[in-house]
Amino acid sequence: MLSRLVLVSGHTLKNSGSFGACLVQASRSFHQSSQSLAPVPPLPEKGGKVRHGIFPEELFTLLYPKTGVTGPYMLGTGLLLYMLSKEIYVINHETFAAASIGAVVIYGIKKFGPSVAAFADKINEDKVAKAQEVKDQAMASLTQGIEDEKKEQWRVEGRHMLFDAKRNNVAMLLETNYRERLHMVTNEVKKRLDYQVELQNLHRRMEQEHMVNWVEQSVIKSITPLQEKESIAKCIADLKVLAKATQARATV
Amino acid sequence: MADKPVALAQKKLMDVKLGQLPSWLGTRDFTPNGLLGSVRGGYERYYNKYINVRKGGIGGVAMFLAGYIALSYLWEYDHIKHDRWRKYH
Repeated sequence: MLSRLVLVSGHTLKNSGSFGACLVQASRSFHQSSQSLAPVPPLPEKGGKVRHGIFPEELFTLLYPKTGVTGPYMLGTGLLLYMLSKEIYVINHETFAAASIGAVVIYGIKKFGPSVAAFADKINEDKVAKAQEVKDQAMASLTQGIEDEKKEQWRVEGRHMLFDAKRNNVAMLLETNYRERLHMVTNEVKKRLDYQVELQNLHRRMEQEHMVNWVEQSVIKSITPLQEKESIAKCIADLKVLAKATQARATV
Repeated sequence: MADKPVALAQKKLMDVKLGQLPSWLGTRDFTPNGLLGSVRGGYERYYNKYINVRKGGIGGVAMFLAGYIALSYLWEYDHIKHDRWRKYH
């Protein structure tokens, strides 16, 4: 029970990440040996057996073949009596103090031992649960990563469709561009040809007008003053005849 | 008993026969580094057996304290000798 507390405090001293029992061994041997030790073997469940708190079980197994079950106890009693009688162990005031302290300590251990052990166990359990949770999360995220990777690999198989679509796009762009340029060419050519047509029309019109003007001018010039006087006299004579005719018609 | 032949140097103390003890001691490493190594080895064996377990008991610490009590009594014996009740034993 006390060693469980020692273990708890030792862990918090050794690695503040508090990664539970298994990693203390791993961290120690990680820095000492180069061989790989993964997966680290789990801690033993129980420590070496100890009888009456201070005598390791190996002593009892050592003496069992020769002296049976009571051997070590006889050995202990004999040793105790020898030490007392020869005063290798002297009884003085310290003996009394040791006895009182021993009694209190043993009473305390017997009474509170299990509850302290349960408490320390619970602390260890929490640590292990947290580490396990971290590990589970890591595993989950890694499996998720594997799934995503597989999905990406599946997607890669469809890339030829992607390239077909892209090729179509590019072909359409080229086609559009070509048609635009064709349009432009036709327009430009048409403009130039229209210009030439208009130019010829203009030429012809101008020539016509010029000719008409020239003819008019020459006709007007050709009317000499003599002819003008004759035509005016003829007009007056015609007018006189017309006036006489209308006068005659009016009186009748 | 037909044990497979193991070199004397690698045997543990409990497997060494009594007659072989001096030669076994001769193979041990008594340089300061060797002594340090053996102390560290002993500490690690004790630690791994009694303390670095899932459900340790009182034994690990109690044996250590009992050993400390015994050792300190031993060191103080010359002083405690004067509290003896009888002169002759």
